[in-house]
Amino acid sequence: MSQNLITEEEVAPVKGTTVRSKRGKGKIAAFLRNPKSAVGCYLFLFFVLIAVFAPLIAPYNPQYTGFAMVAGPSRAHLFGTTSLGQDVFSQFVWGARTTMIVGIGAGLLSTLIAILIGVTAGYLGGVTDLILNMITNIFLVMPGLALLIIIESYVNNSTPYVNGLIIGFTGWAWGARVMRSMAMTISTRDYIAAARLSGSSTLRIILAEIVPNMMSVIASNIMYTCLSAILAESGLAFLGFESMSSTSWGMMLYWSSSNGAMLDGAWWWFIPPGLGIAFLGLSFALMNFGVDEITNPRLRTSRKDKRVKQLLKEIQERRAREYEQQPTGTGS
Amino acid sequence: MRYFLNRVGFLLLSLWAAMTLNFILPRLMPGDPAEAMLAKQAGNVNPQALAAIKQQLGLTNGPMIAQYWEYLSNLVRGHWGDSFQYFPTSVTSIISNSLPWTIVLLGVVTIIAVVLGTFIGILIAWRRGGTADNVIPMVTMFGQSIPSFWLGLILIYFFGFVHHWFPMAHGASDSLTPGFNNPYVLSVIYHSLLPGFVVFAGSISGWIIGMRNNMMMTLGEDYVVFAEAKGVSPRRLIFSYAARNALLPQLTSMAIALSTIIGGQILIEQVFSYPGIGYGLTNAVASEDYPLIQGMFLIIAVTALVINFIVDMLYGRLDPRVRRRGAAA
Repeated sequence: MSQNLITEEEVAPVKGTTVRSKRGKGKIAAFLRNPKSAVGCYLFLFFVLIAVFAPLIAPYNPQYTGFAMVAGPSRAHLFGTTSLGQDVFSQFVWGARTTMIVGIGAGLLSTLIAILIGVTAGYLGGVTDLILNMITNIFLVMPGLALLIIIESYVNNSTPYVNGLIIGFTGWAWGARVMRSMAMTISTRDYIAAARLSGSSTLRIILAEIVPNMMSVIASNIMYTCLSAILAESGLAFLGFESMSSTSWGMMLYWSSSNGAMLDGAWWWFIPPGLGIAFLGLSFALMNFGVDEITNPRLRTSRKDKRVKQLLKEIQERRAREYEQQPTGTGS
Repeated sequence: MRYFLNRVGFLLLSLWAAMTLNFILPRLMPGDPAEAMLAKQAGNVNPQALAAIKQQLGLTNGPMIAQYWEYLSNLVRGHWGDSFQYFPTSVTSIISNSLPWTIVLLGVVTIIAVVLGTFIGILIAWRRGGTADNVIPMVTMFGQSIPSFWLGLILIYFFGFVHHWFPMAHGASDSLTPGFNNPYVLSVIYHSLLPGFVVFAGSISGWIIGMRNNMMMTLGEDYVVFAEAKGVSPRRLIFSYAARNALLPQLTSMAIALSTIIGGQILIEQVFSYPGIGYGLTNAVASEDYPLIQGMFLIIAVTALVINFIVDMLYGRLDPRVRRRGAAA
């Protein structure tokens, strides 16, 4: 029998990577160890640095119009200039700040609303659930961008921050639906009953007992809503629903498109903001994917699993060889 | 039956919500922009038109409830008012001209994306950890993060402006007479390839990743492991055992995908000057044509709600548990 047991030293090469340390290092370490979320995280930090240090990085005032018009990238103007003679690189850097504040702000706002509505509905149940769930479902099937456009058509020349607020207030439905079903599952647990029996208020149960236990869902929802908020904001700005004096990536695309950058062949004008949005969005998508893989072990397909399989195979082969080499009649 | 009634009830409720939203929004805004717009245009439009528009916007004098009632009954009877911009033309006729463009492009591309995305999702989940499984989700994720309208701009620049392989705008060539004749239909298909590809690129990622993750879940179930141990052929195992059950959650995600796809399509129609509803909506907003804005928004909402209803019905057919449970949304 002892032959079938795998000894400690045999698994040593992959030990520590396969046995996931549950104590101590915690979830943040797991988040950074997952290659997808790690790449997403560093990409995100890169944009955060650009946004935070925008005044130091941008060489010129993004609205200053005194440079040569539609000039290609050069040492003085890394990303060239616009048809109004503005520096595209400075616009890109300042646009990163606006886009990130609006995107992340709107994402956090709609996640907050999603938590409030979803958890309340899921925990309280009954008529409250019926009404809140109905509102959620209506917002869920309502085409988001069309709703945003029609709201914008009545709010003239809104600033990016107003746009962020509107996006936040309309984009919470999917999160609320997920949180509701999560809260419904959690509220059947014993510790919730215990909290209720010990006289905790509803608000306390929601905030101290339910919400902390659905952190992974919340984290994943934040990434998702930030991604869609960034896309929605740039879309609105591109359609011209943003104050003409603001600098955001969407606004850059609006100006480049309405001033015919495509027809001038001024690729340096419309490529950077689009790539900025794409990579910022990718960073959220990657982090989201990573959170999914960490919280749902079945989705995990890391290389470590392969190494374990490889090792098991090697051990088996070695065993087989040793077994063959063994002199057969040892007993007599 | 109960499930059916439930879904019909929800459809009616959400339609009513969309109409009401359309009524309330202009009135919530400070200073009533519709009234301001009318004041601005008063000199240019004949009084008859002005009265008609006022009635459509519900700006007739009278209590809010009466206005609301008139607005609703007008909508239901199909009196959606006249466009401001193209005055004698009614909003409904403008909509019926642009709706087919949107529905056909949206429908064809979405069906291709769902089928192809689901299939790719199944395959990469089966070969999980392989090269395709590592590369395809990353590529599609990046594709999903790219703003669809920007991708449209790039494609127009590259294929339309630089190489002249594809037309840069519009739904069909202007020199042809519309109708079911060969050159016109070919021209329509030719014009729809670029915008169609952009809509496709924006939506396929969700289907691939969704199906991959669902498959991973079902492939870990005991009945699949048992079937594999029993010696069921891989093909049968994938399609009859795992994929069948993984398909259902794909339908649920339709609700959220739909909203994103329609949003993406509005932007793409704007980029390509494609004569659909989205282009109509943004144009109406640009020219402050409020009756048309309201009509366009309503038709977009109705389209989304009806498709969602169809998906719900389909879901009920495929999953008897949902039908029996009834009330759960």
